[in-house]
Amino acid sequence: MTLVRRIGTLLLAPALAVAIAVVISAVVMGLLGVDPLQVLKVMVDLGDTPTQQVTAVIAILNRSLPLFLAGLAVAIGFRMSLFNIGVEGQYRMATIMAATVGAAVALPGPLHVLLIIVVAMAVGAIWAGIVAVLKVTRGVSEVISSIMLNTIALGLASYLLTGPFRGSPDGASVVSTAEISESGRIGGLNGILDVFGLVNPPRQLYGFLPIAVVVGIVIWVLLQRTRFGFDLRATGLSPSAASASGVDARRMVVKTMLISGAVAGLIGLPDLLGRTYEYNSDFTSGLGFLGIAVALLGRNNPGGIALAAVLYAFLDRAAVPLQAASLPSSVVTIIQGTIVLAVVVANEIARRVSRQAAERSSRQTSGPVTEGSVTTGPVPATASEGTS
Amino acid sequence: MTESTPLAVELRGITKRFPGVVANADIELRVRRGEVHAIVGENGAGKSTLMKTLYGMHRPDEGQILVDGREVHFRSPNDAIAAGIGMVHQHFMLADNFTVLENIVLGSEPTKGGRLDRATARRRIREISESYSLGLQPDALVEGLGVGDRQRVEIAKVLYRGATILILDEPTAVLVPQEVDELFGNLAELKREGVTVIFISHKLDEVRKVADSITVIRRGTTVGTADPRTTTARQLAELMVGAELPTPATRDSTVRETPVLRIDHLTVPGAAGGRAVVDDVSMTVREGEVVGIAGVEGNGQSELIDAVLGLRPPSAGTVVLGEEDITSWSTRRRREEGVGFIPEDRHRQGMLLEAPLWENRILGHQTRPPAVKGAFIDRKAARADTARIMREYDVRAPGPNTPAVALSGGNQQKLIVGREMSAHPRVLLAAHPTRGVDVGAQSVIWELLKDARAEGLGIVLVSADLEELIGLSDTLHVMLRGKLVATVDPRKVTPEELGGYMTGGHEASPAGAA
Repeated sequence: MTLVRRIGTLLLAPALAVAIAVVISAVVMGLLGVDPLQVLKVMVDLGDTPTQQVTAVIAILNRSLPLFLAGLAVAIGFRMSLFNIGVEGQYRMATIMAATVGAAVALPGPLHVLLIIVVAMAVGAIWAGIVAVLKVTRGVSEVISSIMLNTIALGLASYLLTGPFRGSPDGASVVSTAEISESGRIGGLNGILDVFGLVNPPRQLYGFLPIAVVVGIVIWVLLQRTRFGFDLRATGLSPSAASASGVDARRMVVKTMLISGAVAGLIGLPDLLGRTYEYNSDFTSGLGFLGIAVALLGRNNPGGIALAAVLYAFLDRAAVPLQAASLPSSVVTIIQGTIVLAVVVANEIARRVSRQAAERSSRQTSGPVTEGSVTTGPVPATASEGTS
Repeated sequence: MTESTPLAVELRGITKRFPGVVANADIELRVRRGEVHAIVGENGAGKSTLMKTLYGMHRPDEGQILVDGREVHFRSPNDAIAAGIGMVHQHFMLADNFTVLENIVLGSEPTKGGRLDRATARRRIREISESYSLGLQPDALVEGLGVGDRQRVEIAKVLYRGATILILDEPTAVLVPQEVDELFGNLAELKREGVTVIFISHKLDEVRKVADSITVIRRGTTVGTADPRTTTARQLAELMVGAELPTPATRDSTVRETPVLRIDHLTVPGAAGGRAVVDDVSMTVREGEVVGIAGVEGNGQSELIDAVLGLRPPSAGTVVLGEEDITSWSTRRRREEGVGFIPEDRHRQGMLLEAPLWENRILGHQTRPPAVKGAFIDRKAARADTARIMREYDVRAPGPNTPAVALSGGNQQKLIVGREMSAHPRVLLAAHPTRGVDVGAQSVIWELLKDARAEGLGIVLVSADLEELIGLSDTLHVMLRGKLVATVDPRKVTPEELGGYMTGGHEASPAGAA
């Protein structure tokens, strides 16, 4: 009962936000002269044949992996009131470095993959570490420095791609790094479709899925169950109370940014190791910013972030079918944007509601006067000859 | 009582419910015109709720409000102001970078051609200041005013709006004894000019000094009225709590020889080149000793506590815990080695308001059992230990999972005290340990401090409550502008003398001088 209620209140705000966003988007579509119901129909239509449907689900899951990791990276910072806006730059740097290192070496299977993952995490952490060092030594706001480092990362990545790390021949239509050999790739998971007797389409479900799940669980345990996570959350709730309790605020900033950056470094890997095998000028962009929205919608909780990532991936997938049905695919962006706005408002409302509920329940047990004790009647007493 | 003139304020059967709670029930209040009427009661007894009702901040569910014999219905404070009721809040609401004049007229500015008519404003403020002897300088910046002056500005602000009935919410809480006397002088002036004053307080001696009549509130309802001339403070207090009263006075000295905390020539620099906020402070706390630090707030007490806790780096001097020099230790190490901490502002330094009680149990003790096992939080043990603290320290809350924000100030404070005591500290830094808690919780906390002292705990006590300081301390230092300016014998000193030292009125003198 209480568990159901707890989960209910947890889901309340995001569900409310999504509902509000859908309504607002419908109104906008109506104003643009697009039929919202038709849009909805196209969005939920995953295809006619089983093959199409399974392919659509795989596309959603594949897309949700980087979104989940991005949301996770942002959420780690959010939990201690640290706004890591630099996830975008962190994963771009991490991916190009990992792709280059991965292509340059040849190692036995698991080791090769492990090396790529470690390089990606290290580069992401270093890039985020710059932000942390600037903050604790110079007091630079992490928002400003991480946004600026995004621009630097994008510029640096294109320089590296067209210059020293270029692996594609001159005149190729897409500039890319050299390809990672077979041993450094992670195969698809479509085997499990056969186990469940489902159609096995050519589109492969990324083998990075279990790794992402493990990362999610590790982060959850770290935040919710460890001393370190307690210090981190305490700092987020009240920096002054945390430092009085013995948390070294500066060290905490550095550690948190390093972890956030390390997770951010993983964002590009599902695509890199499962599909492209190289970093190129077309590599998926914008995941860092979407991660902020996903983290907000998921209320900084790994479970919630997973749900939010799937929702965003579902919306993203709808863009192509919408175009095919000659409907504006920008409705996806509109919905995603309004969700962010609505979720910020809804989270605040939910926070106040639950706070009031808690205050009420506490007052019932400890309040100065409860219904019951008053009905027994006040005892008028006069200490001395009163004036009345 | 003469029945011919109507009462200035009369409340009949006022009841105010909040969801699940009755904050006020059957309140009866009769205030005559031109008197100072005190309303006393513990924190949480319902005084504020009642005053908010009278000031139109919310509407009562039952009962009548009569002003000058006519029934009124206030929908907002504006209605109350229109009916001549004004309120001076406990926390001043003044803009620092405005002048006295600007602050007073703010919100009801006299205008001439769309511009602030300073001449008119200045004339009216002068009139008010003179007729009530408030001594205001309209063009002084509020920034440079002391607490007492600020309070007079607040009072003038209310009078400027034509109030004839003044509600003062805990007006003496922020004042030193000398300022309190000045305030009482002002109140006498107001009374002479026919202004009615409703004075909310829980400081009974003051109430008896200034009030013409007293109404006592307990557990949300009026339990009686009293005549200050014939009622002792003790009788009043017992009426207020409905039980025997605690006193802060300690019994026998438990001071032992071994020092647990030695502060040597500690200096903490002020903001960028300013005067040192803690200036060459030296003191020793021995086992079983309570060392009190008296001082007007903002004279370096908070910074001294922060420095001992390792939150503020000193520029000179040492802090020695037991035998070890801890000056370079981190806050965490100091806490692990037995420095307990009751912060002056529990919301800022003592609690995670949004977090459940059991997480607040862990706060400050993240590295020690029972709350942690290795690198992990032991949620079960933390919850169980929180339940124990709630039981043993009388923290009234539904359970360990309740968020801390839902608790009253007294219960939050008892949880903090319980948590700190549970770690068996060697030294306890207690800053205003009973601030904003009710008499019940106050006596519990005093008893806990006394028991811990008897067991050999050394306590540094910073407080604004002079009775608490005098009653609990074995040694009492006075801090002024970052320096320890006097050491007095708490058994001999009076609050008035202490107030003198605190404001720099006396020269530094040896213990017991009077």
